[in-house]
Amino acid sequence: MTGIHEADRAENTFDELDTVDVASKTPDEHQPYAELGLRDDEYAKIRDILGRRPTGSELAMYSIMWSEHCSYKSSKVHLKKFSEKNPRTDRMLAGIGENAGVVQITDDLAVTFKVESHNHPSYVEPHQGAATGVGGIVRDILAMGARPVAVMDALRFGDAEHPDTKRVLPGVVSGISFYGNCLGLPNIGGEVVFDPSYQGNPLVNALSVGVLPVTRLQNKNASGVGNVVVLLGQKTGKDGIGGVSVLASATFEDGDTDNRPSVQVGDPFIEKLLIESCLEMYDAELVVGIQDLGGAGLTCALSETAAAAGMGMYVDLDRVPLREASMEAHEVLASESQERMLLIVAPEKLDDVLAVAAKWGVLATAIGQVTAPTSEGGGRLIINWHGQTVVDCPPGSLADDGPIYNRPMKEPNDRALIAADRAETLPRPSTDDELRATVLRMAGSPNLADKTWITEQYDNMVGGNTALSMPDDAGVLRLDNSGTVGSGPIGIALSTDGNGRFTRLDPYTGAQLALAEAYRNVAVTGATPIAASDCLNFGSPEDPHVMWQFAQAVEGLAEGCAQLNIPITGGNVSFYNQTGMTAIHPTPVVAVLGVLDDVRRRVPMGFTNDGDVIVLLGETYAELSGSEWAWSQHAHLGGIPPAVDLAGEQALAAVMKRAAEVEHVSAAHDLSDGGLAQALVESVLRNRVGARIKLPDHADPFVWLFAESTARALVCIPRGHEKAFGALCEEHDVPWTPLGIVDSSAGGIEVVDHFAISTAELAEASEGTLPGLFG
Amino acid sequence: MTARIGVVTFPGSLDDRDAQRAIRLAGAQPIALWHGDTALRGVDAVILPGGFSYGDYLRGGAIARFAPVMETLVDAAKGGLPVLGICNGFQILCESHLLPGALTRNAHLHFRRRSQRLRVENTTSAFTGHFDAGQEIVIPVKNGEGRFVADERTLDALEAEGRVVVRYVDGNPSGAMRDIAGISNAAGNVVGMMPHPEHAVEALTGPSVDGLGLFTSVIAHLGQTAVGAGSS
Repeated sequence: MTGIHEADRAENTFDELDTVDVASKTPDEHQPYAELGLRDDEYAKIRDILGRRPTGSELAMYSIMWSEHCSYKSSKVHLKKFSEKNPRTDRMLAGIGENAGVVQITDDLAVTFKVESHNHPSYVEPHQGAATGVGGIVRDILAMGARPVAVMDALRFGDAEHPDTKRVLPGVVSGISFYGNCLGLPNIGGEVVFDPSYQGNPLVNALSVGVLPVTRLQNKNASGVGNVVVLLGQKTGKDGIGGVSVLASATFEDGDTDNRPSVQVGDPFIEKLLIESCLEMYDAELVVGIQDLGGAGLTCALSETAAAAGMGMYVDLDRVPLREASMEAHEVLASESQERMLLIVAPEKLDDVLAVAAKWGVLATAIGQVTAPTSEGGGRLIINWHGQTVVDCPPGSLADDGPIYNRPMKEPNDRALIAADRAETLPRPSTDDELRATVLRMAGSPNLADKTWITEQYDNMVGGNTALSMPDDAGVLRLDNSGTVGSGPIGIALSTDGNGRFTRLDPYTGAQLALAEAYRNVAVTGATPIAASDCLNFGSPEDPHVMWQFAQAVEGLAEGCAQLNIPITGGNVSFYNQTGMTAIHPTPVVAVLGVLDDVRRRVPMGFTNDGDVIVLLGETYAELSGSEWAWSQHAHLGGIPPAVDLAGEQALAAVMKRAAEVEHVSAAHDLSDGGLAQALVESVLRNRVGARIKLPDHADPFVWLFAESTARALVCIPRGHEKAFGALCEEHDVPWTPLGIVDSSAGGIEVVDHFAISTAELAEASEGTLPGLFG
Repeated sequence: MTARIGVVTFPGSLDDRDAQRAIRLAGAQPIALWHGDTALRGVDAVILPGGFSYGDYLRGGAIARFAPVMETLVDAAKGGLPVLGICNGFQILCESHLLPGALTRNAHLHFRRRSQRLRVENTTSAFTGHFDAGQEIVIPVKNGEGRFVADERTLDALEAEGRVVVRYVDGNPSGAMRDIAGISNAAGNVVGMMPHPEHAVEALTGPSVDGLGLFTSVIAHLGQTAVGAGSS
């Protein structure tokens, strides 16, 4: 009986289409704005903008566009600091606020890159959540006019031993593998970190990078009255509704079949066709404006393109190709179905656009047109459904005029206590045997262990331009955009880094340490860092402590970029990464882009040539708080993180750039998690070539092996270059300490006077962990 | 005269530009062929590149075998045109019955990418003349459905006729039967292999430059057959 009753009611709802006319005549109709996440004052503001109550479709659109995810309402006041402090540069062709930042690197070529989170979907449905995370960021890159050329992923999971991690990690990895591999984009780097703070809130941050001729730069402006609005790609379905929009669940009762999964389902094959068809359209200059459909689907794309141009838009929603006919207007507008782009096309080019789409077998449909601005400025977004107007609003009120909050902030009460709880006072290994055992235990700990079990599921070479990829410090690509040989040996380098533990201890410093590490990882390949992007993963902005962490981290990052003289080109904020009252470690993930004038000079990480001199660059201090040693050996997190030395990072980068250019250096590896000991383990295991190390006489072996002081790197200098390299270090004021030689007869790592570990033993410790946990 | 080697692009082809680059580096001229076009544009040999031809929702290469270009290609291959199928191309050749057996999901069920050591078992095929018999080479392998399977009789026949072209050594990445990485047809002009020789052609990007040998081999093979045809 209940079933029949509900069916009748659904039928009735369908009949009573909530049009603009109906809304004008029924001002007092109760609307479920609170259930949609809108506050009383926000709802009042919408009524004020429209001069009437919103229709159901309009309410859905405002609730999505004014959500935290789309409007950045809690972060906007802080993110301003990036623009305020960004160093001035002529390289930026597009910056913060665009789909992705674009940086010019030669007279003819530009690079665009961005990191974005897909955290919550990846917890609910790891495979599809991670897959569509890759798909989404790739479309952002495509929308700028670029051919996407690579992806990377920064992943954080709960405790490696936790049963749920065994569900989440393999699913996330298979999703990234499935989508990226089928798309033909090499996966050239990333991170995998385990920490109980991410239990229930794993972080899946996907990066994509693309290359474009500067003349092909696209914008999202729906300019030109009479231009046609074209929807390209997948049909629109009910997937992806319910994440931001909860209208369906508010209108209908529990147990309704319309409660579809809120995680989108991806099809990389369609995305591949979308890429090829868009690029062909750009090259033939068929497109006036373009915007990808991601979060908030059509609602976002329609309102943002119209608002960006200051124009109006008319859309006949019935023309949108649907996967199922039963969808209602608000569902079509809110759907986050994947693999769709919105194009603005001049009428005389429409046939050509449809022909290119047909060639690649992609659906393309004219759904509306650009209309003139009104006399008050800006246009009206008018959307018809079944012949009646269901939306009539200023597009800018959706896209730009969302609420902005300066949320309360409070420094956590436990800061002094945490700072006083220093890891430097923890018991240390005191004998050589204990040092040796500690090196091995740490090499096999989940955070430091070999990640091949994950990375071998990714295609890192498709495209034929990958010069370095994980486990090297940065992903390095040859720019060979045309696909021809010898078009130029320029290369780009990319690294993503973050350290939630450091940021937990001190968010300002932690954010700068993430930036410094990404900068250093790029620099040790010989590349010059030129730009940064970020993905800021935090708990609830409604918690004043989280908000304080966020503000501090943004401040630190903005200030750090200013000092390093690299602009932030854009980014992404992910709030609400928390379960109950417990937030994740605040985790700003920073991506740094670098350029190599000659990619053939890129420096790999592994020891290679017998006799090369191993040199430690930088200064080592007794900095162990927040370190991998403190965490993996004592489950300790307290104290003050290592000091930031941005001038030191810049000097190190200058040395590496010059040394790479003149081939003073055959290998280089940055020192970070696990300190010198782990850098040695990784450098030896890379090519199975050993090293003999002698620590300086004054050195405390424990501190030298495990401290995580910054602005340091391990480099290999070919015989005959030592003097010139030393002079280079002195010229740039970079401390340098000869530590030993590359020596395959050492059979592994030998720390003279202390201990030796064979390559086989190192490999067993490092390479057995992940297969043991997840294989 | 420079050899003209065609590379077929299906909508989901991924390594097609890489195959073109390898052809160029080997000294031949790459010619782009389109899946929806039956014309082979007078090419001297054809590469079916890696990727996911039509999305491969059903099975790798299962739909591609019905592509217009395959209609002409199958006949040309039967007439002696050298054809190399790499990864998805190998799957398409098996689905088209130009080669026996099938490629199934890897035994460990994961996509796997690694630098793989191979032994060249046959140096008489159109694509392996520049190698020494038994020579070991390093070529990347990357696939999710790369496990070669066939019935025992077919496997025995392939071995007896010397049609196993390359075999995995130092570990089998997919669980392929008898460690088979690549095979040829009886005439030796059609070769399919799961590893990607086009990704081992430059020191900058590959684990070796061993892959170049497959491309220079077919160019040499074309030179010989051209001379042979002219003198007979």
